[in-house]
Amino acid sequence: MTKNIMIVGVGGQGTLLASRILGNVAIRMNYDVKISEVHGMSQRGGSVVTYVRYGEKVYSPVVAEGEADVILAFERLEAYRWLSYLKKDGIMLLNDQCIDPMPVIIGAMNYPSDIPQKMKDKGANIICVDALSKALECGNVKAVNVVLIGVLAKTTDIPKDIWIDVIKETVPAKFLDLNLKAFEVGYE
Amino acid sequence: MLGNEAIARGSFEAGVTVVSSYPGTPSTEITECIAKYDEIYSEWAPNEKVAAEVAIGASFVGARAMTCMKHVGLNVAADPVFTASYTGVGGGLVICVADDPGMHSSQNEQDSRMVAMASKIPMLEPSDSLECLEYVKIAYELSEKYDTPMYIRLSTRVSHSQSLVETSDRQEITISDYKKNHAKNVMMPAMARGRHVYVEQRLLDMKNMSETSSLNKIEMADTKIGIITAGISYQYAKEAFPNASFLKLGMVYPLPEKLICDFASKVEKVYVIEELDPVIETHCKALGLNVIGKEILPIIGEFNVELLSSAILGIKNEVFKIDENAPVRPPVMCTGCPHRGMFYVLKKLGLMVSGDIGCYTLGALAPLESIDTCVCMGASIGMAHGMEKARGMEFANKVVAIIGDSTFMHSGITGLIDVVYNKGNSTVIILDNSITGMTGHQHNPTTGFTIKGESTRQVDLVKLCKAIGIDRVVVADPFDIVEFEKVVRTETDADEPSVIISQRPCALLKNVVFPGPVQVNQDKCIKCKMCMRIGCPAITYKNNIISIDESQCNGCGLCQKLCKPNAIGKRVQL
Repeated sequence: MTKNIMIVGVGGQGTLLASRILGNVAIRMNYDVKISEVHGMSQRGGSVVTYVRYGEKVYSPVVAEGEADVILAFERLEAYRWLSYLKKDGIMLLNDQCIDPMPVIIGAMNYPSDIPQKMKDKGANIICVDALSKALECGNVKAVNVVLIGVLAKTTDIPKDIWIDVIKETVPAKFLDLNLKAFEVGYE
Repeated sequence: MLGNEAIARGSFEAGVTVVSSYPGTPSTEITECIAKYDEIYSEWAPNEKVAAEVAIGASFVGARAMTCMKHVGLNVAADPVFTASYTGVGGGLVICVADDPGMHSSQNEQDSRMVAMASKIPMLEPSDSLECLEYVKIAYELSEKYDTPMYIRLSTRVSHSQSLVETSDRQEITISDYKKNHAKNVMMPAMARGRHVYVEQRLLDMKNMSETSSLNKIEMADTKIGIITAGISYQYAKEAFPNASFLKLGMVYPLPEKLICDFASKVEKVYVIEELDPVIETHCKALGLNVIGKEILPIIGEFNVELLSSAILGIKNEVFKIDENAPVRPPVMCTGCPHRGMFYVLKKLGLMVSGDIGCYTLGALAPLESIDTCVCMGASIGMAHGMEKARGMEFANKVVAIIGDSTFMHSGITGLIDVVYNKGNSTVIILDNSITGMTGHQHNPTTGFTIKGESTRQVDLVKLCKAIGIDRVVVADPFDIVEFEKVVRTETDADEPSVIISQRPCALLKNVVFPGPVQVNQDKCIKCKMCMRIGCPAITYKNNIISIDESQCNGCGLCQKLCKPNAIGKRVQL
């Protein structure tokens, strides 16, 4: 059975590193893996989405509406925007952080209120995490992505040491200690 | 491996020695990955036409060569490419072209298979990274065997998806001695007539070859539904209809007619599943086959598994629906972006802005909303000239063309020569940020470095503009908004053509250092919202308080310059 994971957030939050770690973990587990990312214009502070799919044999590199087993959301509004992609019995792991998009900054639109509660009211399984504070605890806001990978790892049945090995291989040496700490904090 | 990385690996294994490209999403990483191989000479050319010519030249003298571009880049390269179809090749020649269905980062959604037909050059279309690698190697063999350039068509979801590949060693190709061959390599009418005959025969030969080629595969299963497909659409369809029979076309031009007819005769209902234009479908219908395609599938945008199963089987996923409009999150210019100061001035002066392709196209969006037009690479200058010729001098004095340094090198320079030659008065602002920004920091002729980061001769924009006959060339810093405004006023008022070089490096370049975040002193802030006019993503207004997000702000200082009560500053100063 193919597992469908989406990583959504704002360009610059480190979603690409998260998807690479996840992809490498799936390769370690001897799964067929496909990852789809979009580069170019959407990198500049825009809405970004990465799809990671693994299983016996994976064809499509993207996940369609109503197909995601897990959505790892780096930001509230992005979680809300991509909610329709979540399977009815899927899990949304939500980093409870808000980043105002330009229409909100200039006052043309309002940032929707109570997003986590509204999603729960629809019957979606939402797990909120304050990954920003946890990353700050580890010493760097940029570690939000690896904190969330830790949270995600906990929901899978993939052994913890595989995740740690892959992080060691994937992140640059000078940020390794920070990222390992961030993973542990997320995994707790 | 990313599809683009697999193309690079394939070219390495195929013994390619020369690659020339111009960056363009989603094709850019191919050439960036190739630049990591010491065995291959690689370069960024000023534009796709030059890149194609470099590859054609290398091929003429026997090397295996490649050029890579996005779909619209192939329009730029079309002139040499269409005639290279006639000359054929010496060493194998492969043109990689990446389409962008869904327009993730493009100005149109054209289908390159149409160009393959028009140029009479065969086209392969891989559906994942493994095929990307294999098809490059096959393309070189076919190119040399049939004396033809070959296209490899990619799309965003093939280029930018990662899947597993198997690598092998590089095949070293020995270059044979060069021999003059006028009849083949000099395309004057007399010789070209002969070569056109060859091209038509070549297409017939390749069509025959495609009937039995391993590139085109039949996968027979349940015969109720038969699917003819290619590229990424195969992956979506395979998942949506696991039990159906498939004809997967690896070569999308020319098409294997007998194979298609044979497949269609074995199944009850035939669907043609292809993104964008109905290329395969139209061909099937011309063969008299009763196939279903664009009647039920969109001609616009990307497909996915759900879209196919709902269109063909009527199965729809149950989904969570939200009851309000989530505000869109368009990409924005980065904090510290040099373009921001310039756009602030252009908006303030109420100028009409003839725009171009690059990060600065984002200046069309609120709140800067400066750009009036954007068509293609280099178009800003020619269009500004056309506006002047249509509406006269008075109108022209309210128009500026803006164009990035790389885009100016690409095809802006010819527009500027037109202005000079045909007595225009346009004001052109060249945004010199020392790099090609949008596609992710590639070097270009104005940066002084090659694709491999080696230092090289640098095109001097001031000297260049002066040399073609622009007497008024001014260099200005877009962050010095008072001075920049003066310069723009003076130059737009001038009754002769002028160039303003708006010079400040991209904020994301490693050597650009900012002083660090600033804050708003709420006691001094009078809520005039001047700082909100520059569209900086770090500045927000909430509950009647303007604040600056310290995790985003780098202290570029632009908002401080606009703040009359001096309410913005570093924490210690407040």
